[in-house]
This record gives sequence, C-alpha cells and structure tokens, in this order.
Amino acid sequence: MGKTLFDKIWDAHIVTSVEGGMEVVYIDRHFIHEVTSPQAFDGLRARNIGVFRPKQTVATADHNVPTKDQHLPIREALSRHQVDALIHNCADFGLELYGLGHPLSGHRAVIGPELGITQPGMTIVCGDSHTSTHGAFGCIAFGIGTSQVEQVFASQCLLQSRPKRMRINVEGQLGAGVYAKDLILYIIAQLTAAGGTGYFVEYAGSAIRSLSMEARMTICNMSIEMGARGGLVAPDQTTFDYLQGRQFAPQGAEWENALAYWKTLYSDEDAVFDKEFTFRAEDIEPMVTYGTNPGMGLGISQVIPTETGQSFEKSLEYMGFKPGESLAGKPIQHVFIGSCTNSRIEDLRLVAEFVKGKKKAPHVSAMVVPGSQQVAAQAKAEGIDRILEEAGFDFREPGCSACLGMNEDKIPAGAYCVSTSNRNFEGRQGPGARTILASPLMAAAAAIAGEIVDFRK
Amino acid sequence: MQKFTLLRTTAVPIPMEDIDTDQIIPARFLKATTREGFGDNLFRDWRYQADNTPKPDFVLNNPAYSGKVLVAGRNFGCGSSREHAAWAIADYGFRAVVSSFFADIFKGNALNNGLLPVQVSPDFLHQLFSGIEQDPGIEVEIDLETQTIRIPSKGLEETFPIDPYKRVCLINGFDDIDYLISLKDKIAEFEVSMG
Ligand code: SF4
Repeated sequence: MGKTLFDKIWDAHIVTSVEGGMEVVYIDRHFIHEVTSPQAFDGLRARNIGVFRPKQTVATADHNVPTKDQHLPIREALSRHQVDALIHNCADFGLELYGLGHPLSGHRAVIGPELGITQPGMTIVCGDSHTSTHGAFGCIAFGIGTSQVEQVFASQCLLQSRPKRMRINVEGQLGAGVYAKDLILYIIAQLTAAGGTGYFVEYAGSAIRSLSMEARMTICNMSIEMGARGGLVAPDQTTFDYLQGRQFAPQGAEWENALAYWKTLYSDEDAVFDKEFTFRAEDIEPMVTYGTNPGMGLGISQVIPTETGQSFEKSLEYMGFKPGESLAGKPIQHVFIGSCTNSRIEDLRLVAEFVKGKKKAPHVSAMVVPGSQQVAAQAKAEGIDRILEEAGFDFREPGCSACLGMNEDKIPAGAYCVSTSNRNFEGRQGPGARTILASPLMAAAAAIAGEIVDFRK
Repeated sequence: MQKFTLLRTTAVPIPMEDIDTDQIIPARFLKATTREGFGDNLFRDWRYQADNTPKPDFVLNNPAYSGKVLVAGRNFGCGSSREHAAWAIADYGFRAVVSSFFADIFKGNALNNGLLPVQVSPDFLHQLFSGIEQDPGIEVEIDLETQTIRIPSKGLEETFPIDPYKRVCLINGFDDIDYLISLKDKIAEFEVSMG
C-alpha cells in the first residue's frame, strides 16, 4: 500500500518507538521565542545539562514586543524582563538569536520560509501552535508546549503518538476577490473548530496547487484552528522556485540533491487517509466570523445561523450579534492587518493596491503590522508604507501586535475589530474586544467604509 | 512531577464547549518566566471584573463548588499551545480535567504536568454535570491504575483512554525528558544514518 506524504516524512524521522505506540521523532529545526521558552531553559539548568544540538535552534522575540520605537528599551517592565531573559538564555546556551531590531528578525513563521530555513521533508517545532505555517513547504511542522521545548533542547527529539491523516481537497478556481484566508475560514466553518482534532491535514487539489507559497502558508497556518496538529501541502515547482537562492536554502550540488529528494515527497496514488473531504473553490465567497471561535464563520452574503446551546448564546452575546443578522453594514472601530496568518508582502501589496487614493473612515483606527524586518523593508522599497499612511493607516514595526493582546497593541473592550489574524476568542485582542476574522482585503475595505462590506460590490 | 494514582473528590463544573486556552489564561498573564503562580489568573476574565472584583456568578467564586476535578464541555483546551494553561489549572489545585473531548496540544501539556485529562462519553459527561447540579457535594473517583472514572453515588462508571507509556509516567511521576536523555547514543546514531 502507498504512503501518505505525512507518513513518508514521519517515518524518515523515527529514532525508535516505545511500547504502547508512542514514537521518538527526530526534530530538524526548532524555533523558540520569549514567551514559551524561559521555563524550559530553567529546566535544563535544574538538570545541569546543555542544549543537545544548539545549531538546530533559532530564536526570535516577537510576542511580547512593542511595534513602535523598537530601537528604544521596552517600556513595560515584565515584557522587558521576558525579552531580556531570552537574550541571556540564548547567550548562556549558545543559541542563535535574531533579536529585536536584527535585520533578519520577525515572526518565526514568516522568517523561516523567507530565509530558506524551512524546507520540504523537515520536521519543525516551536512552542507556538501556528508553527503549522511551515507545512506549506511540505514539511511536518507543529506547535508544542514548554515541557516539549525542554525535551527538544535536551535531546533534539520528541515523544509523540502518530496522528491520524486527513486529506482536504479543494478543486476548481477561487472567484475574484476570494483569497486563501477565505478558503481556510470556509473549511474551518464546514469542519468546526474541533473537526480536525487528532489529525494531521494534507491540503490538495487544483485550487491549492494554483496558490502561491504565501497563500499556502495562510492555509497551513490556520490548521490548528480546526484542532488539527498541523497541515501540509506537497512541494511542487512553486515551492522549489520560492526556495531557490534563499539565504539558508541548499546551494549548488546540494541543491540538486535536495531537489531530487523533495520530488519524492507526495502522497502515493493508493495512499489511504483516515478521513477525506472535498470542497469546490467556486462555493467560497469572502468570509467573516461572527462568533468567538474560528469555526463560527460565514460568507459575507449569508446571515448568522440560528442555533441553541449555552456556548452559542454566550458567544453571540459577547459579540453583540443576533441570529439571522447579516454582518454587512455593521459598524466597526478597529482594523488590524498583520499576524503570522496575513502579514507577508503579498498581503500588504493587496491592501496597498486597494486603499491607494482612498481614505479610511474617520472613526476607524487601522493598523498594519508587517511580519518581519524583511517584509517591512520590501514594503518600504515598494512605497507601500506611504500609500498606507496617506490612506490613514498606521504602518508599524514587526511583531505579533494586536493578534493576542499581550503587548502594548490592544483593542478596547466592546470595540469591533476586523482582523486578519487567526483567533477570535473572547478577549484575544484585549479584554472585552470583539474580533471579526477576515482576509486582508475585507479588512482594508472595512477600514475605508467604517463598516463591514462586501468589497466586490 | 507529582505522582497520580487514585483520586476521590468533589468537582467544579463549567458546562461550556470549546473553552480555549485564551480563556484559561489570557495572554497578558504570560509574562512570567517561572511556572508558578498562574493559578491566580486561571479563567481571569470569567472570574473577575475589569476592576478585579470577583464575578459572583462564576463557578470558581461560588463556595458551593470545590474539589480537585474540573469538569468541562467538549473540545476543552483548544487554541494556543501555551503550557501556561495546564500550569494554571494545576497551580489552582486541580489534578484532573474531565471532558468528552480534548484539544491535542492541551492534552499533551496536561500529561506532561501531572494533570490528568479524562475523556468520557458525552452521556457520562451529561450525567456528571446533572449530578453536580443536583448536589454540588457529589463525589467522583478517578482510578488511573484501572483507567476508570466513577460516580459512586449514581453507581456509574466508565473506562477512559490513556497512552500506556503516559499512564506509567503519571503513576510513577516520571517525565519524558529522563527517557529521551537516556536515548542520546541512539539519537546520535540516527543522525549519522540520516547523513
Ligand atoms: S501573530 Fe498571533 S497567532 Fe501568530 S505567533 Fe503571534 S500571537 Fe501567535
């Protein structure tokens, strides 16, 4: 019987298995950041051991950092302390750190690909659930907890039980104005926020094949939002073209060797998946979420469904919405364009093209946060920063920013924010903040109109 | 890691589904660099008003409910991979969480911290919720040795799944790192074979 892409990569990384079924999986690349690593470093100290393979770990600070004046010391003491701890820990344990202000710094899920660190066939982990983003390159990438960060430090391995395999096929062509973000929000709305739990997802089909690498990253990024451990896309010419010539990608003869291997990374024709779904790209329209989990999404022309149950009612009450209502025409006060889901150069280009020559609604505050220093530099080189600023948008420095309400960028209680991030949980963007997830274009259009709109009209 | 064997206790119910880790511990409380003290902010925004006064209708503020087991609706622990969620629940004093379905990363994090995720059938969960509703003093018994959860006063019991390796770890208070470190030679051999 043939193998799935997932199993090909997984099997190539098994060091040994444990009675009862768990496996010791070798990890090729480990990304760390300031929030989920300090306790792991302390664990190493308590055991009096070092990092087993320090060259395979890369550190950045991104969650707990301001997105303004990054050249100044961080004002908030606890945040500063946490970022400083990362600096000391990396120095103590001999790890590479792309710290604040470093020209290569940014979100791990953005810089891994843009530097060519992320490559097909790898296993990649990080103490961050959106590590699944790297899966766009045909690798197994997933989020882990801090105890596991310590395990990887100590042994470059993890004890894992093999997830089940799911394939999601999307066939056909996405309509005008429909993007990868809409596609993944649509899939999650169909499968629910728990529909992927226990599975690792492969995205396939003609609609996925025709997507750019950045769009595939947006899709894989949100795999966790349906509960899946991660998602991946088989590498193809689009992947190879993206990687060739990047700083840490293989060069010369090594490139040829790597390429020959990468071309074997696909699910065999007769591979069997534990679950399989097929969707039609034509059925998807621009999406928005109306509730407090990412599975509560609908097409912009649809209305909020009528359901019962305490969780559903609490969710709508929090959002201030009613069953049967349309979201189109709802006033909003904030727009956040950024996060590891949608902060890459293609996202910023789309937004700039749309807002060029327009002005944001006076009552809206709109923030654009690039995913990395390189994205920021590219945006500036293309004049995107100026276009955005002329439209009244605030173009900031890289970071997680208002995605998670941890740093200085927060949405006030009760306010509505159309956000290109990945989670609309209660309080995610600040206590009481109400998040509506959407694509960068839907967010930009909402900023201009001052309300949720179908920009295609 | 604290050992886990037999637990008999009252339980605290939160009959909501899809409780995500941002509710369990909001991001703004993740700035600490140690594992301790997160229990104070467990369910922070459900538990306290903006001015830090307790919300009287939230179950953790209701003296009628106490115990070492948290009972919650399906898809508990979805969202972020923050282990702080498991730390907060354990730090507050819970030893087990009962639900009909757990998010993957949370389940792993819980097990790595001696907090037992007990997955039960929707029907058993329903029985447990209604039992607690009728009598907050009702006891549950969780036996890891036999992988059984019981509501003695109702005469109900069910077995629950757990990875056999993890079960042994929890019963003995071992963690994965000791095991992985013991494999170092094998791992180095594997690296050579990988090229
Ligand atoms: S942007 Fe948001 S989702 Fe992505 S890593 Fe940062 S906090 Fe997490």
